[in-house]
Amino acid sequence: MSNSAHSHYEQEEIGYNPSELLICTAARLMADNTTAFIGTGIPMLAASLAQKMHAPNLVAIFEFGGTGAVLEKLPMAVGEQNTFNRAIAASGICDIVETAQRGFIEYGFLGGAQIDPYGNLNSTVIGDYDKPKVRLPGSGGGNDVGSHCWQTIAIMRHDRRHFVERVDFVTTPGYLDGPGARETAGLPPGTGPYRVVTNLAVLGYHLLNKRMVLLATQPGVSIDHVRENTGFELIIDEDVAQSEPPSEDELRILREEVDKDSLYI
Amino acid sequence: MNVIQSGVGELIQPPDMNAFREWNRKKPKALVDKRMTEAEAIKTFLRDGDYIGTELYGTVRCPMSLVNEIVRQGVKDLRVAGQGVLELDMLLGASLVKALDITYIGLEVYGVSNCLRREVESGRVEKVVDWSNAAIAWRFKAAAMGVPFIPVRSMLGTDTLKFSAAKVVECPFTGENICLLPALVLDVGLIHVHRADKYGNAQIDGISGFAAELARASKRLLISAEEIVDTEIIRVQPDRTIIPYYLVDAVVEAPFGSHPGEMCYKYIRDEEQIREWVDASKDPGTTGAYLDRYIYGVKDHQAYLDLVGRERLDGLRRGKHDVE
Repeated sequence: MSNSAHSHYEQEEIGYNPSELLICTAARLMADNTTAFIGTGIPMLAASLAQKMHAPNLVAIFEFGGTGAVLEKLPMAVGEQNTFNRAIAASGICDIVETAQRGFIEYGFLGGAQIDPYGNLNSTVIGDYDKPKVRLPGSGGGNDVGSHCWQTIAIMRHDRRHFVERVDFVTTPGYLDGPGARETAGLPPGTGPYRVVTNLAVLGYHLLNKRMVLLATQPGVSIDHVRENTGFELIIDEDVAQSEPPSEDELRILREEVDKDSLYI
Repeated sequence: MNVIQSGVGELIQPPDMNAFREWNRKKPKALVDKRMTEAEAIKTFLRDGDYIGTELYGTVRCPMSLVNEIVRQGVKDLRVAGQGVLELDMLLGASLVKALDITYIGLEVYGVSNCLRREVESGRVEKVVDWSNAAIAWRFKAAAMGVPFIPVRSMLGTDTLKFSAAKVVECPFTGENICLLPALVLDVGLIHVHRADKYGNAQIDGISGFAAELARASKRLLISAEEIVDTEIIRVQPDRTIIPYYLVDAVVEAPFGSHPGEMCYKYIRDEEQIREWVDASKDPGTTGAYLDRYIYGVKDHQAYLDLVGRERLDGLRRGKHDVE
């Protein structure tokens, strides 16, 4: 992910690139001995890094049937062999999403072309649904992950095009239009967006009004810079932290073990 | 049951479970040799306007040799359950799709599907109805169960539901809102497997995606297999049989049938050719040139494999990653 917001940092100066920063930030959010619904790309790298750092028994679950893979090689597709490499079970999509629907999957990773203050995500269309300006791939598993996983983590590029007041299409439910809306709609109580990890910040959600809150800025990024790149009014936590930059250990494991063929980073 | 919300999307393939039962009753149960070529299978069982579905996923255990043959024969106005990468890209690239129940059509790590964009944004695909991944699989599951709908907790509260053909009702047991998905019965299902016998008993290694559900939701089912084995091989491990023969109409022997996608434990995907397609698909002219070279310009799957080349295929079997 090359990003204009980071263009004024030279990788040689800070020692890591924006993708590496996202991966390390996301990896730290995953606890050991829990379950995570993993998609391809950054979530997979983050899960692999977490397994090799602090969460050796993080159970990686892949949509088309892989449960508990040891992420030694990176899958290029959500159904490929590495999604069930040395796994404990290989089943199918109904089993996996039903497992989430029964409440067994703690974390879920999401992405999209747009996110709004309530964490609703759009990956369906830009513009009008019937005459789309851009037809995007569609929900895929996004809607299922956002409906059933206890806590979802969105990984986003941070600018005003991606962080918008209203998404053009609610593909995947965040907190919909505010407190209680998920439960009213029939979604399982106690589920919903947990964090948004971006190249500029780590964000959470206000306990009462369910709007997005700035919790931490990425290294070298100011609060104002985050605000300027967000297309809606952001709640600023009383005590905004600065994220720790990727450690030497994290970067070494990421480069030498997680993605040694440099497929993604 | 009180209907609280009805999605505004068209129900492209309305369920008729009694008709499906009648169909299944008449389906031959005799053990007959169903082996044939891709060309025979598509010509015999697929018609313009049919509603079709493929399994698993365009780069993974995908029936590419069958899909290529659909393109070669130009079977058109297809209505398609859209969960795919390369296979649906081929059909879209050849402008053979009229309506889509879509969940995801994209190129995964390579981004948005250029063919999907062109076909949908131009209106050549006349109808698009969105669902989630599990929703499509569960719609097959409902058909496999022989019931007209299945209650689930996906899609609730979203535009995905609003523009689909799902309904929200008040659950008669809990009083909570629940989403009902209509069963989806396919005219023709296409599945690529690791091995099958000549009757159609089919086994899959590794994850099974939604093969069990799609197979049971298909009126006509075309199986391609990496290898055709003796029925005794099937009987050694009957627990691996995901698709029993009586569901199957055609059995096509197709080594490297998922190419340029992968087949777990047998060969990895062909990154070089996938990238060639990703680049070609950006422009209608180069899309056509790719289709000319790899589909229209070769007479069958064997000729396609010859074009790709034995050396390259052997490399994929050895698991060599052709990545710069």
